[in-house]
Amino acid sequence: MSGQAQSLLDLYRTMLTIRRFEERANALYMEGKIPSTLHLYIGQEAVATGVCAVLKRTDYVLSTHRPHGHAIAKGVAPRDIMAELYAKVTGCCKGKGGSMHAGDIRVGMPPAVAIVGGNAPIAAGMALACKFQKNGGVAVSFFGDGAANEGAVHEALNMAAIWSLPVVYVCENNLYGASTSFSTVFNIANVADRAPAYGIPGVIVDGNDVEAVREVAIEACARARAGAGPTLIEAKTYRLCGHSRSDPLTYRSKEEEAVWRARDPLVIAAQRLKERGEASDADLARVEAEVKAVIDEAVAFAETSPDPLATDALKHLFVGESA
Amino acid sequence: MPMMSIAEALRLAIREEMERDPRVFCIGEDIGVTGGFGGAFTVTLGLSEQFGHERVLDTPISEIGLAGAAVGAAMAGMRPIADVQYGDFLFCMMDQLANQAAKMTYMSGGTVSVPMVMRAPVGSTRRGSQHAQSLEAFMCHVPGLKVVAPATAYDAKGLLKAAVRDDNPVIVFEHKLLYGSKGARSEKGALSPVGEVPSEDYIVPIGKGIVRREGSDVTIVGKLLTMYQALAAAETLAQEGISAEVIDPRTLVPLDKELILASVRKTGRLVVAEEDNRTCGWAAEIAAMVAEEAFYYLDAPIARVSSIDTPPPFAPVMEAFYLPSADKIVDAVHKLMGKN
Repeated sequence: MSGQAQSLLDLYRTMLTIRRFEERANALYMEGKIPSTLHLYIGQEAVATGVCAVLKRTDYVLSTHRPHGHAIAKGVAPRDIMAELYAKVTGCCKGKGGSMHAGDIRVGMPPAVAIVGGNAPIAAGMALACKFQKNGGVAVSFFGDGAANEGAVHEALNMAAIWSLPVVYVCENNLYGASTSFSTVFNIANVADRAPAYGIPGVIVDGNDVEAVREVAIEACARARAGAGPTLIEAKTYRLCGHSRSDPLTYRSKEEEAVWRARDPLVIAAQRLKERGEASDADLARVEAEVKAVIDEAVAFAETSPDPLATDALKHLFVGESA
Repeated sequence: MPMMSIAEALRLAIREEMERDPRVFCIGEDIGVTGGFGGAFTVTLGLSEQFGHERVLDTPISEIGLAGAAVGAAMAGMRPIADVQYGDFLFCMMDQLANQAAKMTYMSGGTVSVPMVMRAPVGSTRRGSQHAQSLEAFMCHVPGLKVVAPATAYDAKGLLKAAVRDDNPVIVFEHKLLYGSKGARSEKGALSPVGEVPSEDYIVPIGKGIVRREGSDVTIVGKLLTMYQALAAAETLAQEGISAEVIDPRTLVPLDKELILASVRKTGRLVVAEEDNRTCGWAAEIAAMVAEEAFYYLDAPIARVSSIDTPPPFAPVMEAFYLPSADKIVDAVHKLMGKN
């Protein structure tokens, strides 16, 4: 998913893969196939897709309790994520992570950090390693508007700034931390307004416009790789679904949801593709079919994969015994 | 063979590991400042002059941040030696230690490693409640962390080097009264043991305890400062004709259970001394382990000599009441032996 320059149709395919993956996961959850909660990313796909399109396989992505989109965009195989949701031994974490800890270090994404704000200092540390190793690598920390009020994020942004670390902090402001609205816990209009306090650039972007997200990510990553330090990107977006599977969404107005539903990142991208003549309805239908095949295969893989042994719980507490 | 304090031995270990492996670096507060302290207890003194300020990295006063940076750097291929000025500050960074460092390998199905070291000075030294606590039990309770507690200069060098080379997160507890820190950072009432430290490269394997004094009537387990109190108690008891065996576990996780069990099978009596407070403590765990695995070898109940269940008090008279001591260990042994 990451690497070479991607067309808008490529970005659309990634966003659609995330969307269809999660819709299917949600249906499978309702069928009782997935023994966990799910924090869905529906509506925010343009953020992960736009940012990860700029990253190399060896760059790092740190995610949250809502990680499926980041994982797919960074290149974790959908079948490995689905098998993890199914708690199968073939999952990306061998059944030891589950939905909230999806990741695969082979593509630069360690298990997602489901403690709100907890990944911000880790991202700084991974960026510090890239700086030591002079490998040109970048670390990206995705976090929500809720996490922006965690002390860990403050400490991390300051450390990243004073050491000019190659890290990009991407705040996905979806206007709600669980059910708490942004305006009740912020006395400012934008999370990015805090960036000047750390002496770093703060950039606000339409988080439902995948090309706009990619543009700001290109600049932030270039700045990071050049040794000029971190950027705080605030992507304004919206969850078109509940916080978790048990969320009846009674704290948001239907009018507000309708406004954002009209700004669905997939709809925006599809319209633009057609307006520019980069894709026809037939092309989009073909992508839809390709994505469906990927998801079907992922589900089949998860369904047919073996469960872990109960005693596998004893494995992987420590690596090696080198000392 | 050179004679060194524990602070000097730790410094030598860090220097040798940084010379040996470019992945190793130090990260902490006030550790490399030119003209500064070399950390709260002088362990990193002079290292920034040799290795530069990038590899002896001074952080803001940000315990969550520095711990998380160590976790992330370790995950990305470095070998950070982080430190906290006082063990009590580990509480500030507990999410990064207990949720991140300790769980990352497990949650990844063994594919991510976190080879970091976190050094932490413990011990009540007349600074009041928030620069005094012993947190061994807290950290030993976290699955996924290894925990070591060197009490001698030889072990300080060998265990720290082993911790740096381990592929897992290792907490290193050091006792303020054992450092032998000099100058303005010296401690009143310090024991400051000086010991032989080989110049050559060696490690003390993680997971191996040691018998510090052989005996046949009672086993006393002590670590850090309480190991010395146990030795002093054993000397007193010897004058009374009671033969005490003193065991220093050196590593707390993974524990050298067999060393303790073999001793208890021989002596039939066990006293566990700790500076941590009593309830749900480290000594309680040792006592439970022995009760489960060597109950029928016991000739007397197991005794704990722990700090009392209060915050560490400030006034010296109260602090002495709070803390374990050689006399309290002797009293505990007397009770087990049917004296008094």
